[in-house]
Amino acid sequence: MTVFLQFLFSGLTVGSVYALIGMGFNIIYNATSIINLAQGEFVVIGGLLMWFFLESCNVPFFAAIGLSILSAGLIGLIMERLTIRPLRTNDLLVMTMVTIAVSIVMRGLLMFKFGKEPYSYAAFTEGDPLVIGGAVIQLQTFWVLGITAACILGLYAFFNLTMVGKAMRACSFDPTAASLVGIPVSRMIMFSFILSAVVGAVGGAAITPISLMEYDKGPMLAVKGFCAAIMGGLGRGRGAIVGGLTIGILESMTAGYLHSGLKDAVALVILLAILFFRPAGMFGNTTMQRLKGH
Amino acid sequence: MLKLKNIDVFYGKIHAIKHVSLHVDEGSIVALIGANGAGKSTLLRTISGLHRSEQGSVIFSESDITRKAPEEIVRLGISHVPERGHVFKPMTVEDNLLLGAYHRSARSGRSAVRDEMEHVYTIFPVLGQRRRQLAGTLSGGEQQMLAIGRALMAKPRMLLLDEPSMGLAPLIVREILGMIAQLRKTLGLTVLLVEQNARSALRIADSGYVLETGRVLVQGTAEDLLANRDVQRAYLGRDAE
Ligand SMILES: Nc1ncnc2c1ncn2[C@@H]1O[C@H](COP(=O)(O)OP(=O)(O)OP(=O)(O)O)[C@@H](O)[C@H]1O
Ligand SMILES: [Mg+2]
Repeated sequence: MTVFLQFLFSGLTVGSVYALIGMGFNIIYNATSIINLAQGEFVVIGGLLMWFFLESCNVPFFAAIGLSILSAGLIGLIMERLTIRPLRTNDLLVMTMVTIAVSIVMRGLLMFKFGKEPYSYAAFTEGDPLVIGGAVIQLQTFWVLGITAACILGLYAFFNLTMVGKAMRACSFDPTAASLVGIPVSRMIMFSFILSAVVGAVGGAAITPISLMEYDKGPMLAVKGFCAAIMGGLGRGRGAIVGGLTIGILESMTAGYLHSGLKDAVALVILLAILFFRPAGMFGNTTMQRLKGH
Repeated sequence: MLKLKNIDVFYGKIHAIKHVSLHVDEGSIVALIGANGAGKSTLLRTISGLHRSEQGSVIFSESDITRKAPEEIVRLGISHVPERGHVFKPMTVEDNLLLGAYHRSARSGRSAVRDEMEHVYTIFPVLGQRRRQLAGTLSGGEQQMLAIGRALMAKPRMLLLDEPSMGLAPLIVREILGMIAQLRKTLGLTVLLVEQNARSALRIADSGYVLETGRVLVQGTAEDLLANRDVQRAYLGRDAE
């Protein structure tokens, strides 16, 4: 039981990050129908920038978080301005390929700046780990879970309660009608990249003290986050959360009870199974799909 | 108020609008009629900036809007209600209306937008009863009313209406067209109205244009068009009483 709890908590922790990545996928997908395969790099950028500000520049903790978020948002903005905006093609395959190119360039730059070694920094708060039912839980785990919950609530409030958030949703439902009511659709697309980069980077900054961060972690994270998004039905926020946590827990159980080498296969197996059996996602809500006109 | 001069529009190689000129006086209702594929929707899309004309110009109360983006054109006072309404289906009636006021929400403030929303609810009481309902679950007629209500939220001076009666029962068609005539009277709106129900449209219009394969075939006052033999034969036959 103790071991099970231990695996469960570590699964929830990585799963939270997968959920954040999945939500990042959804934000951009909803705005543009593009699958942004550079989503994993946003997470890496979050972790490495946090290290850079904390350890290399010796900036105080809160300032380091602020600067990391700001830089990540800026990177999302630059990505949109330099690649998505100028292309303006309707060919989604081309756009998706472009995001792969961007991810390769980002990885190159990250390696150039940070090298190949893994990075880490101290947990957000000092203190002894908590013991729950015999399982030893590091305090940073609660930070990850709390930050993920805050991101989920924040995004929910943003998309449902603010005018800009509602306008972004409107663009995803019907860009023509959105521009007719005066919503600048291309600016909303830019916002979606900024938001998505920030969500990913926050996840990266939170998880790095637990699982370390290196320049080339992006693609694997992207695959898992994508799997989370697909499990929940692409484009649906709540789905990505359930998907991410599920993958995290299954991975952790597989690594614990079977073999740690099989861990990364879990997401791929789930992905294949979904693509074969339930292309609309595990939580495919058909009325909503119909309303959106898919 | 609105003047189109020698507009030409292409979809790739398809020449959809050919040298069309048209004008709409302030405070009038102008009907645009024509068969399927004549180019009526294309013309409205060109005015509201969704589509660019290759040649010619669109002048709205003295300013040239030919190359402007849709979001700028709404700001200048033209609201386009597209074919089939295009409401934001997964959002509530209230959110749809709120977004209608998007371009002026920052400037005019919450309470002004609220007031306008209540105004729309008095014009379309059904919408008031269904403010929390998802727009996609409204009936066709209700969605059409919502689309018009959303356009009114922008406080336009001119409305472009693309077949507001499409797919609706005759009784509701009459109700919606009556509403449009009423809006012109109470708000002083200028209206460019595309309709398949040519007769009903010409009844509330001051003048009209008949479009055929991208060209203006006939134009004139509403009475003249209703009396015109060719127009009667081609466009008034179906809903003749
Ligand atoms: N996106 C498009 N791509 C290519 N051709 C188009 C496109 N939209 C319209 N057309 C063509 O342009 C012409 C005019 O179409 P438009 O939709 O303006 O007609 P309409 O008068 O509104 O017809 P309806 O009464 O059926 O709505 C048609 O021949 C149509 O096939
Ligand atoms: Mg049409």
